[in-house]
Amino acid sequence: MTDTRAASLIAAAAIVTALLRFLPFLFLGGKRKTPEYITYLGKVLPYAIIGMLVVYCLRGVTPLNWPHGLPELLAVAAVVVLHLWRRSTLLSIAGGTICYMVLIQFIFK
Amino acid sequence: MNRNLLRQVVIKTLPVMTGYVVLGFGFGILSENAGYGFWWVLAMSVFIYAGSMQYLMVSLLTSGASVISTALATLMVNARHLFYGISMIDRYKGAGAKKPYLIFALTDETYSLVCHGDTPEGVNPHLYYFLVSLFNQIYWIIGSVLGAIVGSAVTFNSAGIDFAMTALFVTVFVEQWLTAKNHIPAAAGVCITVVCLLIFGGDLFLIPSMILILAALSLGRPVFGKEIQS
Repeated sequence: MTDTRAASLIAAAAIVTALLRFLPFLFLGGKRKTPEYITYLGKVLPYAIIGMLVVYCLRGVTPLNWPHGLPELLAVAAVVVLHLWRRSTLLSIAGGTICYMVLIQFIFK
Repeated sequence: MNRNLLRQVVIKTLPVMTGYVVLGFGFGILSENAGYGFWWVLAMSVFIYAGSMQYLMVSLLTSGASVISTALATLMVNARHLFYGISMIDRYKGAGAKKPYLIFALTDETYSLVCHGDTPEGVNPHLYYFLVSLFNQIYWIIGSVLGAIVGSAVTFNSAGIDFAMTALFVTVFVEQWLTAKNHIPAAAGVCITVVCLLIFGGDLFLIPSMILILAALSLGRPVFGKEIQS
């Protein structure tokens, strides 16, 4: 692929991504008052979307084949327990990640 | 702008720093190995600034994809960003000159930090959101450029370190669960996405999930809308 061609692919991805990010503001972000329906969505969507993102991150898990999603299940459980215990974001993330790395590098090889 | 504010921003963004430096590093190595080194990596991290899309970009570049198929792939992978905008319309209102950058830099991770709006006391929220967004992009750029420069020299077994991002979202999910007045939206988000993943598979499930989540939340508005908006 020529450099120009590669650059145009990158430009296409950049433009479409920016468009997706700007569209809601272009259509709904005017000076007038935000419709109540959109305000409602703005309040409930974050809960649903974070749930969607958790699943999105775990989409590669294979429950039917070895290791049956066990490393992910255990590491997610570790994050939840750590967070309920201390409610420290850093501790929950660091603990869960180290747990996952140990699980896939040493136990579920 | 004082040092106390900057310190708070760094503390708040530390989890994203960890995740972005690691994931950016991985992207930098991948791109460098595919023949798209330093300048390409820098350009993608500055102008595209969307993690999973940039990973996909490497395979699009090496497989000789067309501009149209790249645009379509971006549309599929990044359509979820439409939702982030919808949730931030009121919060980013009145941000003035900072607004275009706030919108441009609204990634999954930045969204997960700003969607609560828990700004430190006595700070202009838009300045705070702006710094959070900017710091996050800087972490991403540093990680990816480092990957492109020193990637091949790394011997430390880092397999699984990308779990940091999953852990970040799980943490935000638990935090929201503990503070939410009503658990239906969170539960609906998880259940609908799982069902769509099972039906449509890993490449296609995001857009149907988004449509169904939107439908479920709209239908649920008469049921729990009042409780949540109060």
